[in-house]
Amino acid sequence: MQDEPRPDELVKAVAEFLRNDIAPQISGHAAFKLRVAINALDLVTRQLTLAGDSDAAELHGLTMLLGVHGTLDGLNQDLADRIAQGDVDLTTPGVKEHLWQTTLAKLAVDQPNYGSYKRELEPK
Amino acid sequence: MSTASVAELLARSAAAWCPGAAGVTSAVRLSGGASQETWSFDIMHPDGAIGAILRRAPSGYGAAPGRAAGLDAEAVLMQLAHDAGVPSPKVLHVLKPDDDLGTGFIMQRVAGETIPRKILRDDEFAGARPKLARQCGEILAGIHGLSAASLPQLRRMNAAAEIAELQREIDGFGWPRPVFQLALRWLRGNDPGPSERVTLVHGDFRHGNLIVGPDGVRAVLDWELAHLGDPMEDLGWICVNSWRFGVIDKPVGGFGTYEELFAGYEAASGIAVDAQRVKFWEVMGTLRWGVMCVGMMQRFRLGPDHSMERAMIGRRSSETEIDLLRLLAPRG
Repeated sequence: MQDEPRPDELVKAVAEFLRNDIAPQISGHAAFKLRVAINALDLVTRQLTLAGDSDAAELHGLTMLLGVHGTLDGLNQDLADRIAQGDVDLTTPGVKEHLWQTTLAKLAVDQPNYGSYKRELEPK
Repeated sequence: MSTASVAELLARSAAAWCPGAAGVTSAVRLSGGASQETWSFDIMHPDGAIGAILRRAPSGYGAAPGRAAGLDAEAVLMQLAHDAGVPSPKVLHVLKPDDDLGTGFIMQRVAGETIPRKILRDDEFAGARPKLARQCGEILAGIHGLSAASLPQLRRMNAAAEIAELQREIDGFGWPRPVFQLALRWLRGNDPGPSERVTLVHGDFRHGNLIVGPDGVRAVLDWELAHLGDPMEDLGWICVNSWRFGVIDKPVGGFGTYEELFAGYEAASGIAVDAQRVKFWEVMGTLRWGVMCVGMMQRFRLGPDHSMERAMIGRRSSETEIDLLRLLAPRG
């Protein structure tokens, strides 16, 4: 067992240092690259924080949907294959809800400020 | 290659084709433009400095494999567009081996903005924004009207070939993509068939490739993905949600409506827009951008360009998944 601080705490601290102390001193192409770097660290922090729960929910959803047990990767491949072959489509019970849920979980890590994502989170 | 040596090589090159050129200043590599290098510089001249842009392929690095028209073709297309009245920079010089700058060309620098967030939000462009969608329609009509006989050799594409290519790429990821597979099924089921009209298609007509001033679109850039195909493809591509940069209720680039785009196109070309085809190409374009994002990630892993930007674009593929779901499986 590794000691504290946790990886997400460390990455977050580095991102904050770069954002608050370094970014104001940098300009031009390097500033652009630094923004990308900070965004990458923020993404890693979100994944370390969120993906445990969302992966577990996704695995549960896939198991229910496909009626078989397997790994997250294996079951996702199974679902992708079944959709590709036409055995499963949007009329299959649970498919649409599952695809939405897993996609929203990806956006929460990748791009929580993406316009479509924010729109979908608004109350209907 | 260092900044200094590019400036020196540009000065030597300019002396050969620009009478009166007396050196080069302010050579700077611009950010953005993930797949090719772009440099801005000024040619010193007795009549006043000439603002110029170098576009070149970095050595040892191919752009989008198999899809790129090639920088030579790009130069020809840009010049044809310019001569036909499509807002375009004038091509000043096509690189030769003697230039020692790789492959590419040098064009006039057009003043204006390409950064989407500025175009969509800054006061400077408030007057231009309401006109842009219609103007984009007019410009696309001009591009699609370029005489086929004058065009360089280009790939010919249609929807079925595009779907097959996307299928091959997605199956080759080695990473499951249920939403992409769903989109492929939809595209197969909704392919409107070959277009009766086959024209030059710009292939990447969107924010980032349009220079905008307070007066509107001043130049169309980046013909890297130009090909022959269904002209409605260009109209669908500029409506892909990723190019709305947050202004998601304005489908054309975040600045206008389908109706304005179509009205501009029809007024300039006299040819009716097929809205259903445009919608089909919007779905195709959304999937295509998602596949391109994954491709960037793969090139980050495998290729010589091991950059953070590429890696991070890989994480933009999920934005196209939510947009595909919004298009194909909207929630009540």
